[in-house]
Amino acid sequence: MNRYPLWKYVVIALALAIGLIYTLPNFYGEVPAVQVAPVRTTQKVDSTLLERVEQALAQVGLKPTGITQDERSIKLRFADTDTQIKAKDVLQQALGQGYTVALNLLSASPQWLASIGALPMYLGLDLRGGVHFLLQVDMPRALERAAERYQGDIRTLLREKKIRYAHLTRERDVVTLRFREAAARDEARQAIARAYPELELREGASGEEFLLTVTLSKAAQVKVQENALQQNLLTLRNRVNELGVAEPVIQQQGVDRVVVQLPGVQDTAKAKEILGRTATLEIRMVDEEAMQDPARVQAAVASGQVPFGDELYYERNGQPILVKKSVVLTGEYITDAQAGFDQNNQPAVHINLDGRGARIFKNVTRENVGRRMAILLIEKGKTEVVTAPVIREEIGGGRVQITGMDSTEEARDVALLLRAGALAAPMEIVEERTVGPSLGRDNIEKGFNATLYGFAAVAVFMVIYYRFFGLISILALATNLCLLVALLSMLQATLTLPGIAGIALTLGMAIDANVLIAERIREELRNGMSPQAAIAAGYERAWDTILDANITTLIAGIALFWLGSGPVRGFAVVLCLGILTSMFSAVMVSRAMVNLTYGRAKRLTKVSI
Amino acid sequence: MSLELFRLKRDIPFMRWARSTIFFSVALIIGSVVLLATRGLNLGVDFTGGTVMEIGYPGAADIPAIRAHLAKNGYGDAQVQTFGRASDVLIRLPVKPGVTSAQLSERVIVVLRAQVPQAELRRVEFVGPQVGRELFEDGSLALLVVSIGIVIYLALRFEWRFAVGAIFATAHDIFIVLGVWSAFQWEFSLTVLAAILAVLGYSVNDTVVVFDRIRENFRKTRMTDVAAIMDNAKTATLSRTVITSGTTLMVVLAILFFGGEVLWGFAMALAIGIVVGTYSSVLVASPIVLWLGVSREDFIKPPRPESGAVV
Repeated sequence: MNRYPLWKYVVIALALAIGLIYTLPNFYGEVPAVQVAPVRTTQKVDSTLLERVEQALAQVGLKPTGITQDERSIKLRFADTDTQIKAKDVLQQALGQGYTVALNLLSASPQWLASIGALPMYLGLDLRGGVHFLLQVDMPRALERAAERYQGDIRTLLREKKIRYAHLTRERDVVTLRFREAAARDEARQAIARAYPELELREGASGEEFLLTVTLSKAAQVKVQENALQQNLLTLRNRVNELGVAEPVIQQQGVDRVVVQLPGVQDTAKAKEILGRTATLEIRMVDEEAMQDPARVQAAVASGQVPFGDELYYERNGQPILVKKSVVLTGEYITDAQAGFDQNNQPAVHINLDGRGARIFKNVTRENVGRRMAILLIEKGKTEVVTAPVIREEIGGGRVQITGMDSTEEARDVALLLRAGALAAPMEIVEERTVGPSLGRDNIEKGFNATLYGFAAVAVFMVIYYRFFGLISILALATNLCLLVALLSMLQATLTLPGIAGIALTLGMAIDANVLIAERIREELRNGMSPQAAIAAGYERAWDTILDANITTLIAGIALFWLGSGPVRGFAVVLCLGILTSMFSAVMVSRAMVNLTYGRAKRLTKVSI
Repeated sequence: MSLELFRLKRDIPFMRWARSTIFFSVALIIGSVVLLATRGLNLGVDFTGGTVMEIGYPGAADIPAIRAHLAKNGYGDAQVQTFGRASDVLIRLPVKPGVTSAQLSERVIVVLRAQVPQAELRRVEFVGPQVGRELFEDGSLALLVVSIGIVIYLALRFEWRFAVGAIFATAHDIFIVLGVWSAFQWEFSLTVLAAILAVLGYSVNDTVVVFDRIRENFRKTRMTDVAAIMDNAKTATLSRTVITSGTTLMVVLAILFFGGEVLWGFAMALAIGIVVGTYSSVLVASPIVLWLGVSREDFIKPPRPESGAVV
């Protein structure tokens, strides 16, 4: 009765073998590496890049211990962190701005393991160090900006169609048109409805005037929000690429949030600065008429009496400047921006605009030669005039040069900002978790020690208390640990510090199944059953209980996973997986060992339990 | 002969003590509720929003000096305490309207470095008030969902009275853990909440083992005295209950002592939960089932074969 058919042994052996193989990579540790990748995701890594990398390193006599290349990146392993850092600097200089060169840690496990997909567990930020940000996109602002665009479009449309209106105003995301005559309103209404079917139009009256209020339809609002989020995701991705992080995570969470995780980032201040830059760019015209009258400028500065349709800002050198409210171009039209030098060898930024942007820009510059246009940077409600160059001639083709940068450094910063694209709507950090690298190492060590000591204590107790059965239980428990780690490695689930605590806890709870079985066997023996029968009965009767007890814990684990976030989720994953592996190891594996030991004995008189 | 913790000839008359154990438990629950109502929980930044910074100093940190230095620089509302070892300091800052978190922690570390240049920023946690509220709501929701899930499972697998008994015993454990947290004003963080949910799972697990044996006894024996049946089941499973709790406790204590400061609250909540959970699964859950009037007939109804449980 205590014999397993061959297939069961085979299944168990197979599970153990797979478990061992996939646990293996976790023992090799990590080696310092440098990761090279093109900034543009569309650009593939090819052999010429590899050659350049190898050449650059050979020139300074640095030799990587291993090189791996895939479509997205080249990874170079180094013997120690000193050479790693040196290599990073060398490569950064040799490759220039088009590539990110990042420090990374790679698993030191042999190639054959990696080739079958056996990777070490994916460590959470609290274990490897790094930054976690949760960013909230300011959706009301995104809607407002959409309304702003429509306001401009409607103005142009009405002008083209020669429809006369009295006022065109906007209050947050509601645009209101005022007409003197009902006929003009109806005409406008038809024209707008035809040109922009996504807008909702409502008529009204106010005294003598006929009103037309324009709002975005619900569907259009959703679309605006989706687009805003997508654009911000893209922008963040570009910015993170500029940062040079090896394995960044940038994901949407919910409808209006973005998670950014930057493992191994040491300079968190810099990371925050670049990510947190909620900058948007606007190009507007300077009100030259007003600027020519120093008294009006004075009045604006002194008493806030800004001419109608203007806003007062300050240039970098502190000079007040009056800028028109209407926006010519926003950052959305910018496709590329590079730092460089102008004809006089002064730092400058070269901008490329997309087709639509180029057209608008051409028209505006043609009409405004000799006047100044201001480039505004809006960060967290603070607007700064980056530069206000004079338009010398009509600029076509969408190639724009901005001069007047203080330094090459500034030119580079502005270019990065422009290139990374302006955000569709501002974002704010609503959650941040930063863990320094030394704390990460501490956490791993502490978590590992706690698990080890806990396991040892349980092992000693079990062997003393249940002797041979205790030994089997401990072997089963070790199997459980191995399978759990293998499963976590296979799924590449994120292991966090609470996750490690979860592993330890799972071990403590997993032994429960063995205790249940052993106690049951003892009881059956006391009741006078023969040893073989007692073993069989013990396993069978305990099964129901084990199942019931584990399912309730599983319910808790699943709810935790569903509702938890970050570290807690890591704990939940471990708890759930641990329950599954523990049922397998405590019941199947321990039974197999017992069967192999006692099952063949013809006349078993004594069980060591 | 084998080693045994409990070698019992006769069943322990647990049910005879039911009145006093339940009274004791109810008193503890009321005490916890009163504590929670008057002192409340010391909610951590996870739930209230705010900033926590862990700073590593080269030697033992001079807490009063750090506090004074921060106050001088406009951070008088910062709470400063040592964390784990004398050289580690934990600084808590409330949410400041208008100042973004990103700037806040950077500014504070600059201020601290002006005092001790080697100060190392080991960890920053910032939670916005909105996110904090959401985490709290999600956590409460998780607690509720788990409780309902377990009640449904037990009602299907056993009987509604058992489900009620189990959930009462579990609620009892959670209230007591929360009560202790309130009494000592320990910080209630997200990991502590995770531990409490694990306690929930663990405590029900323990109770289920006892219930399982009670059900088995109902089906097997001809005894009609429900209390005696329960005593027998509890005596039979006592070894297991104590040993399992013991081994789990060993591991939890290992986490408590070696797992570092971050896991301290997690391990403490579990340790208390395990001790109370063991008590409640033996002495609280089944008296309630008994008083709710469970009887043998509830388990030997004809259309309920051995494996007829709905899972």
